[in-house]
Amino acid sequence: MPRKVNVLNHELVPKHVLLSREEAKKILRRLGLRKSELPWIYSTDPVARALGAKPGDVIMVIRKSPTAGEAVAFRVVVKG
Amino acid sequence: MEGAQPISPEELWSEIEKYHDTLPESLRKELYSKILEYGLTREEALAVISEAVKRYLSSLVNPGEAVGTVAAQSIGEPATQMTLRTFHFAGVRELNVTLGLPRLIEVVDLRREPSTPMMEIHLEPEIAKDEEAALRIAREIELTTVENLCRSATIDYYESAVILELDPEMMENRGVTLDDLLRALEKVKGKKGSVEVSEDGSTVIIRLGTDDVIKLRRAYERILNQRVKGLKGVRHAIVKPIRNDKGELVEYVILTEGSNFQGVLSIPGVDPTRTRTNNIQEIYEVLGIEAARAAIIEEIKKVLDEHGLDVDYRHIMLVADAMTYTGKVRQVGRHGVAGEKESVLARASFEVTVKNLVEAALFGEEDPLRGVIENIIIGNRPIPLGTGSVKLKLRVASGAPKRGGA
Repeated sequence: MPRKVNVLNHELVPKHVLLSREEAKKILRRLGLRKSELPWIYSTDPVARALGAKPGDVIMVIRKSPTAGEAVAFRVVVKG
Repeated sequence: MEGAQPISPEELWSEIEKYHDTLPESLRKELYSKILEYGLTREEALAVISEAVKRYLSSLVNPGEAVGTVAAQSIGEPATQMTLRTFHFAGVRELNVTLGLPRLIEVVDLRREPSTPMMEIHLEPEIAKDEEAALRIAREIELTTVENLCRSATIDYYESAVILELDPEMMENRGVTLDDLLRALEKVKGKKGSVEVSEDGSTVIIRLGTDDVIKLRRAYERILNQRVKGLKGVRHAIVKPIRNDKGELVEYVILTEGSNFQGVLSIPGVDPTRTRTNNIQEIYEVLGIEAARAAIIEEIKKVLDEHGLDVDYRHIMLVADAMTYTGKVRQVGRHGVAGEKESVLARASFEVTVKNLVEAALFGEEDPLRGVIENIIIGNRPIPLGTGSVKLKLRVASGAPKRGGA
């Protein structure tokens, strides 16, 4: 009876976009950061799992923010 | 500028979008609508935009600024004005909620379970205005144990049995049939046990097939706590109508005492996109780290708003970021963010000085002397913060006068 719930649709979950290797590289260069300097997200995180993200991938998070309207953040997927 | 045409919306937007990576979205939108509202010409509009960019850039936080300290003070000071009392919800029957300072501490301390866990369950749009459906779902999720359905329960030591006297009113109330109850009892009666129902159906006798008194007592506890229906952890559920300003019904929501987020999301009829819990740990487990971050911000904001305290959103975001950037939710206790290495000297100056120093020595700990406390202890020296975060290297030219260290 339990039905499957898509966590990506929940109000509290901001939009997550799994970046391709090239996109990730481009963004890291723009920010002047190494991948290890990004905040983390575990590969076991419900959202990372829903996106099929592998350790080493970069996820772009588009958050709604009352100050900036839309704020973009990045997280690197780590093994968890 | 007599006769000059106002700038066209398309042209204005493309001018503003040139600053896409510089200005935040809200600022760009505001510029757009305000410039159109005042009907500025192209020249005026460009001047306004470049002034906005200039002002925006000059208002950014400087590199090296002690944002954490500023955030701590900006939340801490107003928090001292909050009452220490735990308030009770007025208006909603029978549900009380921790608010105020205790709740604030609870959120950042990240207790596994809040002292008053609760959920706000929204229903699928098709049945959101259906009180019957709401009551049905509320009844379905409310945890009902065998104990809830009995008027009395006794152990018959002579017969080695547990005798349950049923409460038909309660069973009706909770929507439980005798069959439901018997099915639940099947699970706890044990291998040698058997369940009997009296002729009029008012008492149930569970023979346990053992005369060990201790086992009997344990079985008694187990039987009373056996779940008949509902979700584990949901102690109470009530239906509450939500009305808009005009008093029209918007929808029915179910408020619960106790929380089982995972369980409730998978109940048919529950809207899995809007349903909430106040247990941040559960949100992290079910919806992930970003949702936990959003929930932390929301909960802190809610507490501060309830007391009419106006704390800038950015300070709260910083706290939430500090708690979640490792991918896990970490607590902020009285020793700062958990897991963050703290200077040996700073720890020693806080509590149990000798023990801290001895242990640090035993483990060969190093102190990078980055914080304020350490630098005060060893003597005045700019700490790596603000202007102190910049290191200067000076190449001494051959002709320059040589001087000793500053």
